[in-house]
Amino acid sequence: MTTHRDTLLLANVSRRHVLKGLAASSALVIAARWSPLLADDEASYGAEAMPHGWVDDPNVFIRIDEDGTVTVVNHRAEMGQGIRTSLVMVAADELGADWQQVKVEQAPGDEETYGNQNTDGSRSMRHAFDPMRRAAAAARTMLEQAAAEQWQVPVDECQAGVHVVIHAASGRELGFGELAAAASQLPVPERDSLTLKPRNEWRYIGRDNVADDVPLAIDGEDIVTGRARYGADIHLDDMRYAVIARPPVYGAQLASVDDSAALEVPGVVRVVEVPGVGQPAGFAPLGGVAVIAENTWAAIQGRDALDIEWDLDAAGDNADYDSDAYREALEQAATAAGRVIRERGDIDAALDQAEQHLEATYYMPHMAQAPIEPPVALARIVDGKAEVWAPVQHPQAAREGIAEQLGIALEDVTVHATLLGGGFGRKSKPDFMLEASYLSQALDGRPVRVQWTREDDLHHAYFHAVSVDRLEAGLDTEGKALGWRHRTLSPSIASLFAPDPEHKQDFELGMGFTTVPFDIPAMRLENPDASAHVRIGWFRAVYNLPHAFAIQSFAAEMAAAAGRDHRDYLLELLGPARQIDPRDVNDSWNYGEDPARYPIDIGRLRGVIERATEAAEWQRERPAGRGLGLAVHHSFAAYAAVVFDVAVNDAGEVTIHSADIAFDCGPQINPERIRSQMEGSCIMGIGIALHSEITAREGRIEQDNFHQFRITRLSHTPHEIRVHLINDDPELALGGVGEPGLPPVAPALCNAIYAATGKRIRRLPVGDQLAG
Amino acid sequence: MTAFTINGRTVDVSAAPNTPLLWVIRDELKLTGTKFGCGVAQCGACTLHVDGEPVRACVFPLAGAEGRSITTIEGLSEDGSHPVQQAWVELDVPQCGYCQSGQIMSASALLARNPSPSDAEIDEAMRGNLCRCGTYLRIRAAIQRASEA
Repeated sequence: MTTHRDTLLLANVSRRHVLKGLAASSALVIAARWSPLLADDEASYGAEAMPHGWVDDPNVFIRIDEDGTVTVVNHRAEMGQGIRTSLVMVAADELGADWQQVKVEQAPGDEETYGNQNTDGSRSMRHAFDPMRRAAAAARTMLEQAAAEQWQVPVDECQAGVHVVIHAASGRELGFGELAAAASQLPVPERDSLTLKPRNEWRYIGRDNVADDVPLAIDGEDIVTGRARYGADIHLDDMRYAVIARPPVYGAQLASVDDSAALEVPGVVRVVEVPGVGQPAGFAPLGGVAVIAENTWAAIQGRDALDIEWDLDAAGDNADYDSDAYREALEQAATAAGRVIRERGDIDAALDQAEQHLEATYYMPHMAQAPIEPPVALARIVDGKAEVWAPVQHPQAAREGIAEQLGIALEDVTVHATLLGGGFGRKSKPDFMLEASYLSQALDGRPVRVQWTREDDLHHAYFHAVSVDRLEAGLDTEGKALGWRHRTLSPSIASLFAPDPEHKQDFELGMGFTTVPFDIPAMRLENPDASAHVRIGWFRAVYNLPHAFAIQSFAAEMAAAAGRDHRDYLLELLGPARQIDPRDVNDSWNYGEDPARYPIDIGRLRGVIERATEAAEWQRERPAGRGLGLAVHHSFAAYAAVVFDVAVNDAGEVTIHSADIAFDCGPQINPERIRSQMEGSCIMGIGIALHSEITAREGRIEQDNFHQFRITRLSHTPHEIRVHLINDDPELALGGVGEPGLPPVAPALCNAIYAATGKRIRRLPVGDQLAG
Repeated sequence: MTAFTINGRTVDVSAAPNTPLLWVIRDELKLTGTKFGCGVAQCGACTLHVDGEPVRACVFPLAGAEGRSITTIEGLSEDGSHPVQQAWVELDVPQCGYCQSGQIMSASALLARNPSPSDAEIDEAMRGNLCRCGTYLRIRAAIQRASEA
C-alpha cells in the first residue's frame, strides 16, 4: 500500500505547486509516469503516459522545400546523446531521403504541438522512434500520392526511391522537391493505412557511421569549427549580463546587502534583489542578489564586491548540515529496520540458519552533475511576450514556470532550446531560466543573460542524493545464498517539491533496489528514513548508482566469502533465464513502461555478463597486483555489464588497462552513438568511483571548482574501452541508452581493485583509501 | 587600449587591462567558439593560441595580448580543414561538443610542436582539458590520426 500513499502524496504536490505557480511540471511528470492509479485508469505506459504524449503528424516534423531539402524537426534536447542525428536517421530512412539533402531544425518548447519534450529518463528514442517513423511514412505516402496524381496512374504503381518517387512501369521519376508543393496540399493519410519500411530497406538506421566514408553526426562540423551555438552563444542588441549571489545554505534568505562597492565596479549598472521561495524550492530560483553589468566579467567582479548578510534562521537545521556527520547518522540508522518494500520467505530464520553471515555498509556521497557548460540563460520581454534562449532538457517546464512567474499566458512564452553543453540531469531544472526572465522583467524587458560560474554550479546544484546501503547475507555450507537483507537510506527527490517525506519514493526504489534480480529464498528490502538538507535532484542514472554499487559490490563479497568465482556466483544468484514481471517484485514503476513489453529479463542480464567476461578473457590468470572486476545492472529498459582490468601499485595508484562493456538495449538505432554513450558512461563512472565527491559543512558546499570536485581526466582514462553491443533484435522493445551504462561502472572498478589488492572499497570515492 | 591580432584581424580593445581575455573575446569581439567552463584554468574549455602556444583565456589578462597574435577555434582553419578538425569529425569525437574547441586547440598546439607525440605525451598535453561526456578515448585516437595526416 506504500505505493498508493506515495502516489497521492506527489499528486498533491503537483496541485500545490500549480497553485503556487512554481514548477508544476516535474512533479506532474513523476506522478504521471509512475502512478499505478493513472496506469489503472488509463492503461497507459511509455510515451502515452507522458504529459502531452506523442505526436506523429508529418506536417509538424517534416518539411520539404522545392529544391529537395528535407528539414526534420527535432523536439528533444541535444546534450551529446546524439538525438539530433539519430531521429533524423529514422526520418530519412522511412521517408527515403538522401542524407546529403537532409537537415535538422530544433523545435522550441511547445508540447501541445510536438508531444512530450522532457529529455530525461533515457527516453528519447524509446518514445520517439515509432511516432517519427509514422510521420515520415505518412510524408512518403503523400509524395507517392502526389506523383500518382501528376502521372495519372494508380498510386500503388508509384514508389519512393532515394529522394525520388519512381513509376517503374514507365521509368518516370520525380524528385521529392518537385513533388513537395503538391504533396503538402494532400490530406495526411490515416495512421492505420501506413506501411512502414522493412528493416532490410533501412539505409541509415543501424549503420555504423564512423566506419563509413561519411560520418552522420549532424553537428560535428559546427562543433569542431566553433560555430555550434550553446546557451551563452546567443547575443542580442543592448543585452545585459548578470551573475547572482545565492544563499549559501538551502533555505537561507537575504537579510541585508550593501551594494555600494559593487556599483563602483566599472561596467556594473545595477544591483537587483531576486526573491527566493524558501523550501521546498522546486524549480524556482533560490533568490539572492543579482549584479547587472555591461559584460560578464564586470558582473562577476561586482558580485565579489557585494557585502551580504544572510538570514540563516530561515534555513532551519540545513545550516548545521555536515555531510560526514550525516553519513554516520545514516550508517547508524541502517542498523535498525525500516519500511518494508519487498519481502520473500523468512529472512531472520534464513540468517540464523546460515553457516556464514556477511554484513557490509556502502556509501555514495553527494555529487554535482557539473556539465562543462554551467547553467546559463538569456531572456527578454517584448510587448508582454517573453523569449528565452537556454540549454534546457525540459523546455515545457521552463515555459510553464516563466508564464506563472510573469503572470502571462503560456502562448506568450517562447523557449528556444540551444545545444546543451552537457546535461546529466542538471538542465532538466529550469531555475536558471526563471532567474533570467525575472531579471529581464526587472529591467523593463531588456535582454539579460544570467551566467552561472563553476562555483555557482557546484554550490547550488540539485545534488545527487547521499546514499547508505547496508546489506546482510546468509550463506550455507556450500556458500549458496539463503538470505538477503538490504536497507537503503537516501534523501528523496520528492523533498524538492513537497515537505520532505523522509523516505525514498517508489520510482526511486524501483531504480535497482526493489528490482534486485537475485533468486534467493529469503529476501527483505527495507527503506529507513533519511531527510534532505540540500536540494536533491536527478543525476544521470539517479538512484541506480548507489543501488548498483552496493548490490554488485556485495555480490562480489559473497562470492569471495563462498570461495567461488565471482562470475559463476553472480550467474547463480541470478538463476536461470526467465522473465520477471516487475509488479511481482513490488515495482509498480518500471521506468513508466508496460511491464508486459518490458519485463526484467534474467536471460539478458546473463547474456551481458557472459559477453563482457568472454571478451575480457575472464579465466586468464593475471599477475600479482592486477585483477578483473565485474558488475551488471538493469536500468532504463536496458542491460549492461562491465569488466575492468586494473593494476594497483604499492603506492595505491590505480592503472586501468581496459574495460569491456557488454550492452543490450534491444534494437540499435544509432550504434555509433550507443557505443560513444557507453564509452562516456565508463569514463564518467571512473570519476564517480575514484574522485567525485561533494561535501557540506555548516550547510555550505565545500567544493568550489574542478580542483576540488574532481572528475575523470584523460590521464585516468583506460587506453582500451571495448564496447560489445548485443541483441539487436527487432522483436525486442527499444531500451534506453544515455543512462544505463553508468550504474555498473563504479562497482566493477571497485571489484577489480579488490581482485588486484584484496582491499574492499565500501565508501566512495576511492580517493586515497588505497595509499599506504 | 590594447591592440592585438586575432585570427589574422587587428583589433583595438578598450576593456581594462586585467580583464581575462576570454570575456573580451566572447562578450566584446563576439567570437563564441571559445568556451567558459571554470574561470580558474582547471577545465581547458577556453583554450586558445597566443603566438601558437596554448593558453587558458579565462586567466590570461588582456594586457598580455598586446602586440601578439591570437588564434581561436574560428581561426584554426578557414573551412574546418585542419587535420585535427578533420580527425575529430572522422572519428565522431564530440558528444555534447562544448569542451571540444578547447580540446582541439590543445591538440593542435601539441601537434605543432610535436608532430608525432607518444601516448604519454598526448596524455600530458591533454590532461588540463576536461570532458564530462567522456570522449577522451576518441580524443587520443583522433590526435594519433591527425599526427599521421
